Amino acid sequence: MSVLELANISKHFGAIQAVNDVSFSLEAGEVVGLMGDNGAGKSTLVKMIAGNFRPSHGTMHLEGKELVMHKPDDARQHGIEIVHQDLALCNNLTAAANVYLGRELRKGVGPFRVLDYGAMYKRAGQLFAELKSETRPRDLVKQMSGGQRQAVAIARTMLSQAKIVLMDEPTAAISVRQVAEVLNLIRHLRDQGIAVVLISHRMPDVFDVADRVIVMRRGRKVADKRIASSSPEEVTGLITGAIEQVA
Amino acid sequence: MAVTLDQTIAQKQHTFLSRLFANQTFWVVIAVILACLFLSVATDSFATSKNLFNITRNVTFTAIVALGMTFVIITGGIDLSVGSVLCLSSMVLAVTMHAGYSIEVGILASIATALVVGAFNGVLIAYLGFPPFVVTLGMLSVARSLAMVASNNTVVFQFGPDHQKLLALGGGAWVFGIANPVLYMIILALITGFILRWTKFGRHIFAIGGNEHAATLTGVPVKQIKVAVYMISALSAGLAGIIQTGWLGAVTTNLGNGMELQVIAATVIGGANLAGGVGTALGAIVGAALIEVIRNSLGLLGINAFWQGTFIGGAIILAVLFDRIRNFRRSD
Repeated sequence: MSVLELANISKHFGAIQAVNDVSFSLEAGEVVGLMGDNGAGKSTLVKMIAGNFRPSHGTMHLEGKELVMHKPDDARQHGIEIVHQDLALCNNLTAAANVYLGRELRKGVGPFRVLDYGAMYKRAGQLFAELKSETRPRDLVKQMSGGQRQAVAIARTMLSQAKIVLMDEPTAAISVRQVAEVLNLIRHLRDQGIAVVLISHRMPDVFDVADRVIVMRRGRKVADKRIASSSPEEVTGLITGAIEQVA
Repeated sequence: MAVTLDQTIAQKQHTFLSRLFANQTFWVVIAVILACLFLSVATDSFATSKNLFNITRNVTFTAIVALGMTFVIITGGIDLSVGSVLCLSSMVLAVTMHAGYSIEVGILASIATALVVGAFNGVLIAYLGFPPFVVTLGMLSVARSLAMVASNNTVVFQFGPDHQKLLALGGGAWVFGIANPVLYMIILALITGFILRWTKFGRHIFAIGGNEHAATLTGVPVKQIKVAVYMISALSAGLAGIIQTGWLGAVTTNLGNGMELQVIAATVIGGANLAGGVGTALGAIVGAALIEVIRNSLGLLGINAFWQGTFIGGAIILAVLFDRIRNFRRSD
């Protein structure tokens, strides 16, 4: 059974058809590259999966059950996590504080519950070790490299038992060495049986790490292929429209 | 020797001393101590119990309001209405008690007024997206005007049946001969420090000041928290107003005039960052102390009182300058 199943999903904003009749499914432990030019509908599609928008038409099923979400927090409750393009980090807080932002651990009883710094430092440290990232939980995010910042944002998705992780342009605007780090983080998530959706403009990254590529153009899905049976040239053609559509 | 990943992750990058020296509040404490030492030697009148009593009393009112302001400034906002809210709360208390109600009713009415004003500011800022500067600037005018309306612009110095209770509340010294306002300040500072460091609410306040968008995306209730911080700021102004009323034994519509400058200066000098994300309770108090010591010393050293504004304004600019220098060093 697929983790997530989208059937005939459409979204329009007034007269603008942002996403048009898109269907696909996600399997556990699979990395899917979602590609397309600016305005192709990638972000709108991902925002529907993340609970930011409700589809105008179509249905979503999570592990066979119909999925209706009203706000981003609902998605999180269902095990859908998102790594935002700007990473959504607070520079003035520590790495651990950022990992736990919005779901801080507390100890004590009743109204006398205080932040559990020890537990949060410890667990964040474990997550960074799991991600093989040299990131110290007590350091301020302000002083961190691009790769470390990614690790902090990704560690967030590992706090709860996530089933799906959506990553919005994680490799844009970081150095070559850091890209390699991020791709390793993605493989790590996959190895844990998490389905990863990688939205990217960077062909090499998608062909390096993804199992499957979905190409969007003008709101429609124009390709859904195994990476092994495709090529960067074909995908480029699909994105630009030089190739109309492939099965 | 090979360093494992776990060791790197467990490492603490800063020692206690390196953190202390990088802390603006620490240097302001040093400045206050040095200034006090200098003044004790240079003048005969500084280290007298009467003068020190004067200083601590003047510090407390600024410091209590600065504690509330710290919350607002950490979220990246500003509250210019505190001086006027202080006056309005005092006046509500005075008028209510003058009309024959008990001190409890007076204090409740006064606190309720402050909270309503704070909630009004907060809702406009958080839900309707008004710039904090504009909303609270408007409130600065509105609140003082309401205080004039409430009292018909007279001085109130008769507080009805509970007159003596009110004076004792503000002017007494119930514990170890420490003036009550100082006690209130210490208690409120401890509460503020606790909230900022140990509660989820405090953590979220810092998150909003650091990156409001990120806070929203991670599910922090940004709007509610923003309303709460403006209510806290107004509440602290209201409490300071109540205490000051008891201390002075009279309320005029001039009370707290221009206080917002001193309060904002105290928080900034104490290490809070007007861009948001940084601030402490101790910083607010130490900043208030430094301002008061500067003011006091000008008088004692025989410098014309007209220079006061120059020195306080200069101290604000200097504090921000230090912050800039630190940031220049950090970003290559």
